[in-house]
Amino acid sequence: MEEALLLARAQFGLNIAFHILFPSLTIALAWMLLGFRVAYHRTRDDRWLATYRLWTKIFALTFAMGVVTGIVMSFQFGTNWPGFMNKVGAIAGPLLGYEVLTAFFLEATFLGVMLFGMNRVPPWAHIGATALVAVGTSMSAFWILALNSWMQTPAGHVLDGQQWIAQDWFAVIFNPSFPYRLTHMMIASGLTAAFVVAGLSAWRLLKAPSDAGARKTMRVGLLVAAVLAPVQAVVGDFHGLNTLEHQPAKIAAMEAIWHTEKGVPLVLFAIPNAKTRTNDYAIEIPYGASLILKHDPQAELKGLSEFAPDHPPVAPVFFAFRIMVGVGVLMIALSWFAAWVTRRERSAPRWLLWTLAGFTFSGWVATLAGWIVTEIGRQPWLVAGVLRTSEAVGEISPGQLGASLAAYSLTYAGMFVAYMVVLTHMAGKGAQAVTPPPEALAPSGAPLGAAAD
Amino acid sequence: MDLPLIFMVLMGVSVLAYVVLDGYDLGVGMLMPAATPAEQSVMVSSIGPFWDANETWLVLGIGILLVAFPKAHGVVLGELYLPVVAMLVGLMLRGVAFEFRMKAQGWHRELWNWLFWAGSFLASFSQGFMLGRYVTGFEDGIGYLFFAGVVGASVCGGYVLLGATWLVYKTEGPLQAKALTWSRWGLAWVALAVALVSLATPLVSETVRAKWFDFPRTLALMLLPAACTAAGAWVWLASGKIRRGTAGIDIQPFAAAVAIFVIAFLGLAYSLFPFVVIDRLTIWEAAAHPSSLKVVLAGALVVLPFIVGYTAVAYYIFRGKARGGLYD
Ligand code: HDD
Ligand code: HEM
Ligand code: HEM
Repeated sequence: MEEALLLARAQFGLNIAFHILFPSLTIALAWMLLGFRVAYHRTRDDRWLATYRLWTKIFALTFAMGVVTGIVMSFQFGTNWPGFMNKVGAIAGPLLGYEVLTAFFLEATFLGVMLFGMNRVPPWAHIGATALVAVGTSMSAFWILALNSWMQTPAGHVLDGQQWIAQDWFAVIFNPSFPYRLTHMMIASGLTAAFVVAGLSAWRLLKAPSDAGARKTMRVGLLVAAVLAPVQAVVGDFHGLNTLEHQPAKIAAMEAIWHTEKGVPLVLFAIPNAKTRTNDYAIEIPYGASLILKHDPQAELKGLSEFAPDHPPVAPVFFAFRIMVGVGVLMIALSWFAAWVTRRERSAPRWLLWTLAGFTFSGWVATLAGWIVTEIGRQPWLVAGVLRTSEAVGEISPGQLGASLAAYSLTYAGMFVAYMVVLTHMAGKGAQAVTPPPEALAPSGAPLGAAAD
Repeated sequence: MDLPLIFMVLMGVSVLAYVVLDGYDLGVGMLMPAATPAEQSVMVSSIGPFWDANETWLVLGIGILLVAFPKAHGVVLGELYLPVVAMLVGLMLRGVAFEFRMKAQGWHRELWNWLFWAGSFLASFSQGFMLGRYVTGFEDGIGYLFFAGVVGASVCGGYVLLGATWLVYKTEGPLQAKALTWSRWGLAWVALAVALVSLATPLVSETVRAKWFDFPRTLALMLLPAACTAAGAWVWLASGKIRRGTAGIDIQPFAAAVAIFVIAFLGLAYSLFPFVVIDRLTIWEAAAHPSSLKVVLAGALVVLPFIVGYTAVAYYIFRGKARGGLYD
């Protein structure tokens, strides 16, 4: 049982962590593509067209990765967590169902029109298809985050015999943490996309400093990042206050507060020690935590002992939180500095381009770290206060779980290497990686693919 | 209102839609090694705009099983755990190969071409294998496994038929001529498989036997095999006409192949009803709480017409014969 639980968690964690990499890029990239597409339509500037075409290719690749790993996710619930569906299926099921009905079909169908239809439909229809893909990806985030937030801060449910059912769907969907989580995740996606756009364009500029399209694109990425990064810190602060209200044990783990105290210091760095229930090698700012979380230096904060033994493991939550916030702070600094340096078409020095290229995937690091805080911070609960993770695990034998874990790991490793190689290769070649055809409307009923090659 | 029954029908429709739609693109994937590189490019273009939406029907079908019949979902996916993993790995490889095969060079491209084929094949075979396990109620034993293997091979044959007739519809010239030959091979394979499986299923399952050998109802039921044979003959005749150059009927072999699938599906549905897990769980025993069924049904009734509508629009936009180069 123990072994099965561990394997089921490892397998689910691997799958969702791999899956989320791609949606976190595509959700916001879809909106940026819409921006590029509209910009081209209004200015008829070929650089926008080149940018649109290049990033559409990158989007297509990322989207395909998101779709195929998402298909795996849709099988994971029932196989790994049958207890989850038995207990809260009447709530989780409809939310997942609505995601398929309102989001997946929409994005999957119009993706074809967006990728291959530019010369087959009038411009307004192509812009419309691009917009619908963006709407679809965001809608998908809406539903899945409604479910995940409900698992963190359940509301609107009642017990009916053996299972929980919804009493008030509005309360289920707009549960207390949902607005914060949705906002924080959408901005996280925006930052992920912005740094990928800026970073890969910087990579291109290192190879071809005179590429005007890449310079324009990098600037777009930097401006988006410069706006979103500080907003994300503010939203994150509100998110944390909300968590303090509803999941105080998670906050105690994030801040490594072992015992209830007044005037709690902010732990900048430490090695939480679960045996002695203290922090080793702590570097602290006196009264810091009380100040940030309660806006009062003397305020009392509940420590982990209050919740023992039902509190999450401290070290992973503590470190993941610091990684996320650390990356967030670096993002603010870098995006503001680089946006200032490149003001009014000035070119960036090579060391700055290298730094930006190095930050290409920083959004992934912060996003994964954030999810680890959220998900591990909820333990030992699967649905906070309603269902324990250990109660949800299924009867798949450890042998089968191990075999599937190995199969997925191998497949993912291969896919990931291929993805990275192709991405950097395309980015290095820039807009030359795609040959822009003239935007002429092909005669209706024209052969499939003829106009696109 | 009999909610479980409604959801059974909805699930059946999505699974059938999945099998027919993803069936043709998996079939095209399995036919890839038989074509030249230039032809392969056309073949991929013919399914490129559609495969993602096609696969979404699987997500819907599995979603309905999860939402509407949670108890069956646990049993079915628990029993089929490893074949499901195999199918998912196959679908993943096939899905990303669209993009990667054109961007790779040299032996890398060969590798992705191979993975495209292998992924399509693995996914198709696992689906058939699961069907074989499913209709026999997951009985253990070497004979049952062998039976599942035969069904796996049959589904591959069926998808090859769908894929080949799809290519007849979507291509022209030498590739279309090749596709006509593939269609006939696919048809022969399907005929053999349908005959074998129809004979074997009543032998391995008593429940199914009782349903079909119940005179005089058996006589009415014989309409199904008769219709199936007629659809098969239609594939054969229509492809003969196209070969001889009669224009304007390129879609007929595909339509006939779809008819074969619909009829086979109806037969299967008749064999299994009212079980979700044969001999173990009926749809009413496995059904979820009515509150969640109502919510999903309301949404489905509003949204499904839109889905059908914009799917039709997409097929209309990408009508006509395919040419290569979609992924260059
Ligand atoms: C709707 C449900 C849901 C959603 C949207 C997510 N998770 Fe989750 N996650 C779970 C539902 C869940 C879970 C079923 O509740 C798990 C499985 C075992 C567990 O403890 O919680 C879990 C565990 C889990 C673990 C392992 C934690 C542990 O074993 O203690 C990680 C690393 C993640 N998740 C990461 C993510 C990421 C990166 C997500 C981004 C999309 C994400 N989760 C979304
Ligand atoms: C456990 C939870 C999850 C499940 C079961 C799941 C399931 C899926 C499935 C089945 C697909 C493929 C859809 C298709 O065929 O087009 C998909 C794609 C997608 N998912 Fe998830 N997902 C989960 C978590 C998340 C989260 C947390 C987000 C966002 C915050 C998300 C956002 C998306 C998006 C935007 C897509 C579209 C594909 C892409 O853009 O790459 N998913 N997901
Ligand atoms: C800079 C200051 C930031 C603060 C103060 C902050 C705060 C938080 C908090 C408190 C949580 C946990 C909420 C909970 O589980 O209850 C969280 C989660 C998360 N963070 Fe951040 N964050 C910051 C930056 C970032 C950045 C830069 C990214 C990504 C680009 C990011 C992505 C995420 C994600 C994906 C989650 C999980 C989803 C969620 O619960 O919203 N965060 N953040």
